[in-house]
Amino acid sequence: MKKFLAQSYIWLLLIILYAPILIIAIFSFTEAKVLGNWTGFSTRLYENLFSGGVQNSLLTAIQNTLSIAIIASLVSTLLGSVAAIGIHNLKGRTRRAITFLNDVPMLNPDIITGISLFLLFVALGVTQGYVTVVLAHISFCTPYVVLSVMPKLKQMDQNTYEAALDLGATPFQALRKVIIPQIRPGMISGMILAFTLSIDDFAVTLFTKGNQGLETLSTYIYADARKGGLTPELRPLMTIIFLVVLVLLLVINLRTHKSQNKK
Amino acid sequence: MKKNDTIIKIDSVSKAFDGVTVLDEVSLDIKRGEFVTLLGPSGCGKTTLLRLIAGFALPDSGSIYMEGEDITHVPPYQRPLNTVFQRYALFPHLDVYDNVAFGLRLQKMPKDEIDKKVRKVLKMVSMTGYEDRDVESLSGGQQQRVAIARAIVNQPKVLLLDEPLAALDLKMRKDMQIELKEMHQKLGITFIYVTHDQEEALTLSDTIVVVNEGRIQQIGTPADIYNEPQNPFVADFIGESNILNATMIEDGKVNFIGHDFECVDKGFGNDVPVDVVVRPEDIYIMNNLDAAQFTGKVKSCVFKGVHYEMFVDTADGYEVMVQDYNAFEPGSEVGLIIKPQDIQVMKKPFTSNIFEGTMLAEDKVEIFGGEFACKPQEGIAVGDKVEVEVAFNKVDLVDNAEDGVLEGFVSFILYKGNHYHLTVTVDNGAYIYVDTQDIWDKSDWVGVNIAPKDIQIRSLSASAAEVKTQGKDE
Repeated sequence: MKKFLAQSYIWLLLIILYAPILIIAIFSFTEAKVLGNWTGFSTRLYENLFSGGVQNSLLTAIQNTLSIAIIASLVSTLLGSVAAIGIHNLKGRTRRAITFLNDVPMLNPDIITGISLFLLFVALGVTQGYVTVVLAHISFCTPYVVLSVMPKLKQMDQNTYEAALDLGATPFQALRKVIIPQIRPGMISGMILAFTLSIDDFAVTLFTKGNQGLETLSTYIYADARKGGLTPELRPLMTIIFLVVLVLLLVINLRTHKSQNKK
Repeated sequence: MKKNDTIIKIDSVSKAFDGVTVLDEVSLDIKRGEFVTLLGPSGCGKTTLLRLIAGFALPDSGSIYMEGEDITHVPPYQRPLNTVFQRYALFPHLDVYDNVAFGLRLQKMPKDEIDKKVRKVLKMVSMTGYEDRDVESLSGGQQQRVAIARAIVNQPKVLLLDEPLAALDLKMRKDMQIELKEMHQKLGITFIYVTHDQEEALTLSDTIVVVNEGRIQQIGTPADIYNEPQNPFVADFIGESNILNATMIEDGKVNFIGHDFECVDKGFGNDVPVDVVVRPEDIYIMNNLDAAQFTGKVKSCVFKGVHYEMFVDTADGYEVMVQDYNAFEPGSEVGLIIKPQDIQVMKKPFTSNIFEGTMLAEDKVEIFGGEFACKPQEGIAVGDKVEVEVAFNKVDLVDNAEDGVLEGFVSFILYKGNHYHLTVTVDNGAYIYVDTQDIWDKSDWVGVNIAPKDIQIRSLSASAAEVKTQGKDE
């Protein structure tokens, strides 16, 4: 009985967690305009999505989202890793102070980050658009990369850098051949985190996208929903995004599992 | 010796971390092909000295020369020397082969040549067959072999080894010592080896450099260091020893433990206080009391494998350690003899504490930030710098550090047969020497008091020159 209760509890939790996604996935295979109506099985919405049956603006939004996420995650991985190495080499109080400063933006509500970036861009007289969104995403992603690289640096045998220098590597070669390979797992998980944060972001994007008509997926859906009901093609799109993320997660988990087994 | 025989010259190098001096004007010449060991307790500065030679740190002052060239500011990757690190510092993302090939690949050497060298060096350290192994799957001893291979494959002119055997168990350590010694002979390169293990140093080295408190205490062959220690620290650190207060009566005659002994040392002057060292195996112990120089009663007798170690209380109230192949029962009366050549006489660095102080009031003096009451002084103005002298046995230590005028910890303990000679390091790194009958442990946190009548004060203007020499061997 006890076991039954415990098992039902976990199933209940899983249902609550996954039901909304399941509903979207199920209703992506019907043509009904309004979510919740079932008008028979159909892959029409998927066909529309890939054959240009949807508005161009949705495709542009998807493109924007992906390109912003790719640029932001790459740049913040670079900046964050370099910053983490720098912080790691600091001593005592300075190090604690900088680590604290790195933590604050992550705890800061998105809406405040968004508004302050908006004010900053206005104050600087920068025209807001694609570039400001990319800059904004880089700025809120970088601390997360720092956070995921720092533990790898701490785990690293501190003498390996000196050993590389001792064997004739210049500081740059030592960084490339000895430090980066050892912190690579942290950099990759930081980059994936940055990528998903960027795709996911709504509040910061809304405040920094300006009024030149730039839309990402999240702002597009928001505007779309306000116009009166969701475009039906968003249902297959979300299902696909969910599946992609799922596969990505599985790959990462399998990889870490494998490398742990190897040791 | 020809001048170009020196491969590394260290010229009055000093280094401090956060205001604490780690190396104090160290000078040292290392000859080509030598096996040199830097030996000292942890925190003595030996590893720092090695890091300066490797180029991982810069000295605050002084220079380091290699083959006559100043390399003080040459970055580590341009120095023709390699290091074996204490915790191996192997690259965990590379296998054994790639670890060893790391340095050669940076030199852009052809692949087949790299292959030949890597296989040869792996054979030398008996690691053939492990090429594809993950370094983290290897045992400590195997990792150590890979670390040595990785360093020597580059054919450095000098190999630096930072306590390379410290993490291995005793049996493995003994085996590796023999292998290192053989490797040194085979390769013919200069080894600079850092260790705190005196036995390891005696086994391996051509030359031992004993380091303590950031200064070189003595340089010599293992036999020199063992048989003729130049100061109590070296005598105490290397091997077992009896270190005793003595008076040099005249050349060839020294008095200690209440008796006059013949010795071979000369040139100390007449009636000068000195320290003597007598190794426990150099004291002859026998049942015949009449032929003895002095007598005593055996207090304890412990079997140590090859010999017995005995503590003997002499008739004059001193305790000496004696090692002999024969056991003498505790409680038995024994006769003891020390031969002239077995007595090592050492100059005493100081015979009393001499501090620099400041008069705070007529009867108050400040030493190292502490306020001591003293006898009222005449003719010295308040605020004047003064020289303060306190005899070793007039310094009182108290358990509760807050009850002392100064606080510090016991940093060095020497048993002198009938009393302990302690070095107490106070807050700002200054030393206070204390003779006491009480038993203290190393690192005990203690309070320091001095009775007003035991504080001798002299105006500094008259004796400024003397104060300068305080803390250094005269």
